[in-house]
Amino acid sequence: MGKDLSVRVCGVKLRNPVIPASGTFGFGLEAADWFDLNVLGGISLKGTTLEARPGNPTPRIAECAGGMLNAVGLQNPGVEALVAERVPALRACYGGAIIANISGFSVEEYAQACAVADRCADIDLIELNVSCPNVRHGGMAFGTDPKSAAAVTEAVKNATRKPVLVKLSPNVTDIVAIAQACADAGADGLVLINTLLGMRIDIKTRRPVLANTTGGYSGPGVFPVAVRMVWQVARACSIPVVGCGGVASAEDVIEMMMAGATAVQVGSENLRDPLACPRIVAELPEVMDRLGIDSLKDIIGIV
Amino acid sequence: MKQGTFTILDNARLARDTFRMVLEGDCSAVTGSGQFVQVSVPGLYLRRPFSVSDRDGDRIVLVYKQVGKGTAAMAAMAPGGTLDLVTGLGRGFDVAAAGERSLLVGGSVGTAPLLLLARELQAAGKAFDVALGFGDAGLAFYVQEFKALGAQVKVATQDGSLGREGLVTDAIRALDGTYDYFYCCGSKVMMRVVSEALPFAGECSMEERMGCGTGICYGCSIPTTAGMRRVCADGPVFRKEEIVWERI
Ligand SMILES: Cc1cc2nc3c(=O)[nH]c(=O)nc-3n(C[C@H](O)[C@H](O)[C@H](O)COP(=O)(O)OP(=O)(O)OC[C@H]3O[C@@H](n4cnc5c(N)ncnc54)[C@H](O)[C@@H]3O)c2cc1C
Ligand SMILES: Cc1cc2nc3c(=O)[nH]c(=O)nc-3n(C[C@H](O)[C@H](O)[C@H](O)COP(=O)(O)O)c2cc1C
Ligand code: FES
Repeated sequence: MGKDLSVRVCGVKLRNPVIPASGTFGFGLEAADWFDLNVLGGISLKGTTLEARPGNPTPRIAECAGGMLNAVGLQNPGVEALVAERVPALRACYGGAIIANISGFSVEEYAQACAVADRCADIDLIELNVSCPNVRHGGMAFGTDPKSAAAVTEAVKNATRKPVLVKLSPNVTDIVAIAQACADAGADGLVLINTLLGMRIDIKTRRPVLANTTGGYSGPGVFPVAVRMVWQVARACSIPVVGCGGVASAEDVIEMMMAGATAVQVGSENLRDPLACPRIVAELPEVMDRLGIDSLKDIIGIV
Repeated sequence: MKQGTFTILDNARLARDTFRMVLEGDCSAVTGSGQFVQVSVPGLYLRRPFSVSDRDGDRIVLVYKQVGKGTAAMAAMAPGGTLDLVTGLGRGFDVAAAGERSLLVGGSVGTAPLLLLARELQAAGKAFDVALGFGDAGLAFYVQEFKALGAQVKVATQDGSLGREGLVTDAIRALDGTYDYFYCCGSKVMMRVVSEALPFAGECSMEERMGCGTGICYGCSIPTTAGMRRVCADGPVFRKEEIVWERI
């Protein structure tokens, strides 16, 4: 059919727009036994912080209508282990874009962690997670206030020459104001959305289902929220937007791109279907054909 | 790891609220006892994890207790229907670790994976006995199956309606033999008690609420002596001394 699936995000060429989302695809290597990772446009690695973190107590996962809640709490081996072990191991079997997802608890910590990631030649893009709802005094606190989001973005831009994507939280009243603040502070691109803050209660035990009490809601239920936010932000900002939230099919990828996404991340769907990403990539040409699309680049933001 | 469609050959009540489902499909990814499968239940978002209780070629047996929406839906499924499974998950029991005579300790539905383990031990020419704990006689299952394999089997029930009155540790005390290794599957509390009570080495099949079951979401991590480890991919079976029981 000769379809052109390739896209370009902040100067990095991706063979297709499909990227497993941070936290839903481990450090990439886990899935290398199940399929050839090279079919992916990029891989966003699990959220990483300056120091190693054990994460939250269990249960960290709960089911809900249209998706799930998680409160993993950024369990990770620390950025030094990321660049010394995880990324080189992944690079050995994978040639596509590698995106390091970095989180922190202070502006300095974000900048320090990104400076470490900057030294790693195999990392193509840095994704600043200013939107994790599952840790105290950090994460989302930076992504719900335009001034803090801008401060983190600026500090990180000064710490690395790599392109920086800022991943935004949907738990705000004005997503465009935050997006614009990040763009003005030098962000090269934006990723939206992270999870929506949620909670479930076990009515038999009268206790929250998650040990952390609250968690992040993701899955097909958040798709319309993500499409709306991508659309609002893509029209208001001139930097590329990567769409994320509830994507489960090739049709969803195309819808997200029509809303303004240059590339698309697939999150929770990887948990229920370990072969979700290769399936979506394989389905894309046929769906494009049906819709009369020759190149995905042609549909970005057409709505 | 393999994803595939399985046909339900049988789905019958085994004990109160407890069912035995026989599934046929591509079992090539299933390598041994203690491994589990992830069942996609139509209408529910996340898959549900179940241990492989028995296996014969391309057939596997799941024994599940009805506790919520997913298991209730499974209990209502008729033979001839199909289910989407991810198979071959987790690192199971280490049969090679068995010594002269092993002790298999099962609590409630945690007894399920011990049957396939018992078959593997027997095939490897290793001796074993079995201690089981259930709430009451109506919840008990697999007692005859273990006896048929030639093992000594002792049961304890909380109300004394079958075997000894008490906990699984009382069933262990009722056994006549000396053991040098144990395999355990049950509730966290029960596994901790058993691990602390038995003076010899052994392993436990841990349980946590799962997201993916394939090792990519870090939703199921537990504290171990080697740091936080994933029950689904680094386990579910861990050696007793690897687990930091005080923090489980
Ligand atoms: C590796 C592993 C192997 C397992 N093997 C078996 C097995 O062989 N037989 C069997 O009956 N069960 C097994 N379980 C537990 C089983 O997965 C849960 O009972 C099942 O997912 C419940 O689904 P549900 O939709 O019916 O319950 P839900 O409606 O989701 O929840 C109802 C209640 O069940 C409990 N529950 C839900 N999920 C889990 C879970 N993953 N672990 C513990 N409790 C849970 C919670 O207390 C919850 O409140 C295993 C779990 C793991 C992690
Ligand atoms: C289990 C789990 C862990 C996650 N961990 C991270 C993380 O470490 N960093 C991050 O930026 N986003 C994380 N996310 C958010 C996802 O990357 C994604 O933004 C969100 O889940 C919405 O997409 P989805 O509906 O496709 O899952 C996590 C999501 C889940 C479900
Ligand atoms: S359940 Fe996802 S890593 Fe274990």
